[in-house]
Amino acid sequence: MPDDANKIADPESNDRNYVVSPLGYPARVLGPGETYETVTDKIATVVLKQPYPKGWWIGFGISFALLMLFLYAVTYLLYRGVGIWGINIPIAWGFAIINFVWWIGIGHAGTFISAILLLVMQKWRTSINRLTEAMTLFAVACAGMFPLLHLGRPWLFYWLIPYPDTMGLWPQFRSPLVWDVFAVSTYFTVSLIFWYAGLIPDLATLRDRAQTRGKQFFYGVLALGWRGSAKHWQRHQSAYLLLAGLATPLVLSVHSVVSFDFSVAIVPGWHSTIFPPYFVAGAIYSGFAMVLNIVIPLRKLYGLQSLVTMRHLNNMANIMLATGLMVSYGYLMEAFMAWYSGDIFEQYMMLNRAFGPYGWVFWLLMLCNVLIPQVLWSRHVRTTPILLFIVALFVNVGMWLERFVIVVTSLHRDFVPSVWRMYYPTVWDWATFIGSIGLFLTLLFLFIRFLPMISISEVRELVAEHEEVEK
Amino acid sequence: MPQLFHRRSNTIARVSILAVVLLVTAGGWLLHASFWSPYMTKVNVPIEQPVPFSHEHHYGGLGIDCRYCHTSVEKSSFAGIPPTETCMTCHSQLYTDQPILAPVRESLATDTPMKWNRVHDLPDFVFFNHSIHVTKGIGCSTCHGQVQKMPLMWKVNTLYMKWCLDCHRDPAKYIRPREEVFNMSWLPPINQLAQGRKLVKDYHVNAKQLTDCSMCHR
Repeated sequence: MPDDANKIADPESNDRNYVVSPLGYPARVLGPGETYETVTDKIATVVLKQPYPKGWWIGFGISFALLMLFLYAVTYLLYRGVGIWGINIPIAWGFAIINFVWWIGIGHAGTFISAILLLVMQKWRTSINRLTEAMTLFAVACAGMFPLLHLGRPWLFYWLIPYPDTMGLWPQFRSPLVWDVFAVSTYFTVSLIFWYAGLIPDLATLRDRAQTRGKQFFYGVLALGWRGSAKHWQRHQSAYLLLAGLATPLVLSVHSVVSFDFSVAIVPGWHSTIFPPYFVAGAIYSGFAMVLNIVIPLRKLYGLQSLVTMRHLNNMANIMLATGLMVSYGYLMEAFMAWYSGDIFEQYMMLNRAFGPYGWVFWLLMLCNVLIPQVLWSRHVRTTPILLFIVALFVNVGMWLERFVIVVTSLHRDFVPSVWRMYYPTVWDWATFIGSIGLFLTLLFLFIRFLPMISISEVRELVAEHEEVEK
Repeated sequence: MPQLFHRRSNTIARVSILAVVLLVTAGGWLLHASFWSPYMTKVNVPIEQPVPFSHEHHYGGLGIDCRYCHTSVEKSSFAGIPPTETCMTCHSQLYTDQPILAPVRESLATDTPMKWNRVHDLPDFVFFNHSIHVTKGIGCSTCHGQVQKMPLMWKVNTLYMKWCLDCHRDPAKYIRPREEVFNMSWLPPINQLAQGRKLVKDYHVNAKQLTDCSMCHR
């Protein structure tokens, strides 16, 4: 191990002179000089250190203010009803559904990283899987709220669940909206269990390192009596692998089901067989963009550049580029199929998308999702955190715009011109949307405060396999 | 440093797994049981009235026809609650000084209707129509039970939508010949299903339509 104590002392140096592979890509998943002790220290300190850094308080403060905005908007919504939103007939699906699809898509990167990359033994997932799984959970929590708020009478949401009710009714199982309920709730449950199972050994580490009785008790209860015996590890590993196997199909199935919400309907612009794969690619695309948006500031704030290295950023940028190209192919195919189908409604839909009243949204989407991410071909951009951060921001905006284009521009002009109408979001639409970002960030900041954001035990495994990994 | 957790924590942890399962099951059972309990449904709970009017006495004992008081049951959605004048067709002559009937006399004197307490109350978003049910061979007792044995009125059915749908999904189980509709003691014959199917056909009951949402919710 090429130990160099100075390099750890200055985490920034990991971003400047990192080891490169023969092809010139960042090679190491772990900064030089990382040992068992430094890894545990670095990650556990983030949670246990007092007082907390000013950056955390500022971030948490802003997020919490936005969360209050969300609560305010939702309270008023419950009081007045969905009429406070800009929705109308025919645009009955406004921001609520756009936000739902956007948030649930973001969650997908977490599951992709933690489950699929685990199964295909990509070691570089280790430093970011915890954080991205947490991101998945919080994104799904935000997502799940929107269809319920959109119900009009959210307090009756449990009607979506089949249970022996007094009405003698089952949900309509032929409707993808009901499949959604199952897809999203399964997704949340599996993600939660997977995330928690991974946390257990680290919670035990925190229990052992905590100084006060209260903290010891808090982490002790959560650690479920973990003692780190060989038997514990053996069972933990097989359970973790099994859960990864369970979570893997969800990466593909959840967003496919979400896409059925649209593609099962006959509305031009929705009724398309390419939707499931195109939605899944879009989900992973936006998910990785969100991971980058979170990870880049965090590694800077806590000096974690030697754990989340340039190689991580480079790899995530590569996946973003790949999924971005798949999404672009989806856009291309939509246009092609509109022309090739010979169907005047499909053709008009495409023309209306690009040149209708919402045309500017479409071109903005093309800019954010297709054009700007092409800079990721450049290695310089992929290994410059600030540039990567900006590109990821564009992708997040672009993916939100994509859902706006799908939901609003398809609905606002369908078959019968007499029901064509415009959709204008109200201040309450924006308040709920921006507020949900507050909810997401608040949960994220609390997570960073109370739980280890990088998996201590798995990164220590990396240290052990260091030689092998370096290859 | 003392041990953080006592030895018994292990047992508590194991038991808590079982406890969660039991609690969830018990919670579900409790919800279900309370929704179907007489406390919620008011089934078999006699309802207090300003005057203890007895269907047992008036219908079961004296044999007054349902339609003498519930005049609009064959013509209207609402079966009709009789005006005080209907009571007075007899009670202007009978038991005229009984204190128990004082509210009825006062109602007539002051020209204000009696305030009966409602026994069968459907939600406002349900458009129930008595006339169609009576005309198509659904008897009074199918829903209201053996009224001739009720000294005070009570519900014998929950009136939950599940209960409505039980018949709307398969009316052959309950339909009876038209001439038996007002017969409170009518009991389904052994061949009810076969006879029911025939009656459904004869009375032109479109059973498929009966479960349309707009049938009851407009």
